[in-house]
Amino acid sequence: MNFLDFEKPIAELEGKIADLRHLSDDDGINIADEVARLQAKVEKQLKATYAKLTPWQKTQVARHPDRPHCLDYVRQLIEDFEPLAGDRTFAEDHAIVGGVGRFRGRSVMVIGQEKGHDTETRVKHNFGMAMPDGYRKARRLMRMADRFRLPVVTLVDTAGAYPGVAAEERGQAEAIARAIETCLDIRVPLVSCIIGEGGSGGAIALASANSVLMLEHSIYSVISPEGCAGILWRSGDQAQAAAEALKLTAQDLHRLKVIDEIVPEPLGGAHRSRKAAIESVGDALERHLSKLIPTEGGVLRARRRDKFIEMGRNGLE
Amino acid sequence: MNWLTNFVRPKIQQLVRPKEVPENLWKKCPACGQMIFHRELEKNLEVCTHCDHHMRLPVKKRLEALFDDGEYKRIELPKAPEDPLKFRDLKRYNDRIKDARHKTGEQDAIIVAHGSVGGVRAVIAAFDFSFMGGSMGVAVGEGIVAAAELAVLQDAPLIVIPASGGARMQEGILSLMQMARTTVAVDKVKDAGLPYIVLLTDPTTGGVTASFAMLGDIHVSEPGAVIGFAGARVIESTIRETLPEGFQRAEYLREHGMVDTVVHRHHLKDKLANILNLLINRGPAGQVVPFERKGVFGAGETTTAETKPAGKPEPTPAARPAPAAPAAKAQPTKAPDEEVAETAAPADEDARPIDAAPAEAPKKEPAETGEPSEPKKG
Repeated sequence: MNFLDFEKPIAELEGKIADLRHLSDDDGINIADEVARLQAKVEKQLKATYAKLTPWQKTQVARHPDRPHCLDYVRQLIEDFEPLAGDRTFAEDHAIVGGVGRFRGRSVMVIGQEKGHDTETRVKHNFGMAMPDGYRKARRLMRMADRFRLPVVTLVDTAGAYPGVAAEERGQAEAIARAIETCLDIRVPLVSCIIGEGGSGGAIALASANSVLMLEHSIYSVISPEGCAGILWRSGDQAQAAAEALKLTAQDLHRLKVIDEIVPEPLGGAHRSRKAAIESVGDALERHLSKLIPTEGGVLRARRRDKFIEMGRNGLE
Repeated sequence: MNWLTNFVRPKIQQLVRPKEVPENLWKKCPACGQMIFHRELEKNLEVCTHCDHHMRLPVKKRLEALFDDGEYKRIELPKAPEDPLKFRDLKRYNDRIKDARHKTGEQDAIIVAHGSVGGVRAVIAAFDFSFMGGSMGVAVGEGIVAAAELAVLQDAPLIVIPASGGARMQEGILSLMQMARTTVAVDKVKDAGLPYIVLLTDPTTGGVTASFAMLGDIHVSEPGAVIGFAGARVIESTIRETLPEGFQRAEYLREHGMVDTVVHRHHLKDKLANILNLLINRGPAGQVVPFERKGVFGAGETTTAETKPAGKPEPTPAARPAPAAPAAKAQPTKAPDEEVAETAAPADEDARPIDAAPAEAPKKEPAETGEPSEPKKG
């Protein structure tokens, strides 16, 4: 288990519990009571800590290496998954994965950024930072879904689109712009969930959706707190202050009416109970899809477009 | 007292008093280092008279240069919510906005205007880079939406002229949402069958590039303009790649298929006029309207502008000889046509092939756009 800075007291308690268990294994001493007491303390701590995470702490939770990633969701939620590859133009970008599969009985198109969980997979998926090819693949899959009347589910988890020479050469900006355009054009239900980091243009390229959901401790922002601090505070050390100012938490974004629903995470964050977290995302996705599916395609498209054309116009409540 | 009156006061006055020789009389070209007299530079539309380097052109000058006779009407933009996040970095966003408004006299970083370009009624939304780096927040999004709606309403093409560092961080997620919002807006113009042209100027980066600025039917750019998604410094520092020569410049983007044409600022108006006239295709080609050539396309003028010595005044659009109709009436149809074919040739290489084709023609549907072209035929 990887512990974050602010989880130190919890880490200590869990260390103690592990020690005790170790003891009891060796000597057969019954310390179950003690373990239970400590366990309760851990839970209390977790509850207290996670109930009032600061934006910067949420940023760390959203980036937690043990947090379930896109393919974890696909494995648990999608049956008969048929992964699809390639943008049919230049390359297969593993930073964006996608394919058709059955989600709770329905055929759907799933698209999302995959960060990877160890060195090998992280390199393979480029840490979830897509090249233009990835966005062009996403576009291709959305168009295909449109053709076969399949609802589209996107799972967003990226620090942002990859900033590199090759990416610029092949038109990163154009690829993102077209992906946004396609999101806003298709006549099938489009539901997005931000499961970790929603990093800027690279995120909205998949998240211009009918319903946008966010896991409780995920973040969604126009720029990373570090990047923002570097520019506006002229010092990357001010990331904490930038995270506060940017209003990037699910709770803030719900207040700003940018997202439609917050999906609660299990106690101590999605990384502590991955299965439960994935299941609750699944439930929320299903709920939104069921609401959208009976609606006629043209109406879905129009509503999606109206929603975004109003974005920011009316200010706050 | 002596010390105060004789020493301190003059010192203070020296600081406060306007300098006898204002520094800004001469401007140094950042590319070639030559000094250019400011009036001359202004006349030359902020293009270096020595090396043709394109400096940033103030937004109103740009509108003057693009609209026929330099005449246009601005529309008032709906008010956007101010400082929705109550954002504060080293300075309050509210104060930054106030400073920018004070400095520019504008409400935000975009101006929406309509008028005619080469006889075609058009709506132009132009960014003001001097207003917080032309960054896109809700108000700028509002401007693009309003421009698109106006274009549809007027059945007129939309030209957007970005000059922007990208999304406005101080509006957080709401600025990001403007990417989707502006995308819907320009799609409305395209859905209406109207041309949507993007004139990319220096710089166009970040969220602006990754939304409406890369979705034009045609992308025109000024030479040397920086156009890209990620900033060059970001790429260099985080990825540790050396950047190729001319990286993210307009010419580089053209070579990589992202820009149709790179056009000298002096030829931009002609280029846009020609494109609009061709795209809206109001009538059969071939029956060329001479006045367009003379007054607006002005091949002769533009070629001299390129080669002439620095001193000669460049005809500013406002000062141009009466464009459209009067000239047309005055001239017989064939003669100028031939003259044009010859003089047009040496113009900017990009401009030539299109310019060579006849542009204007009598309309099939008389009313609507481009009235100025009517008289000459009638």
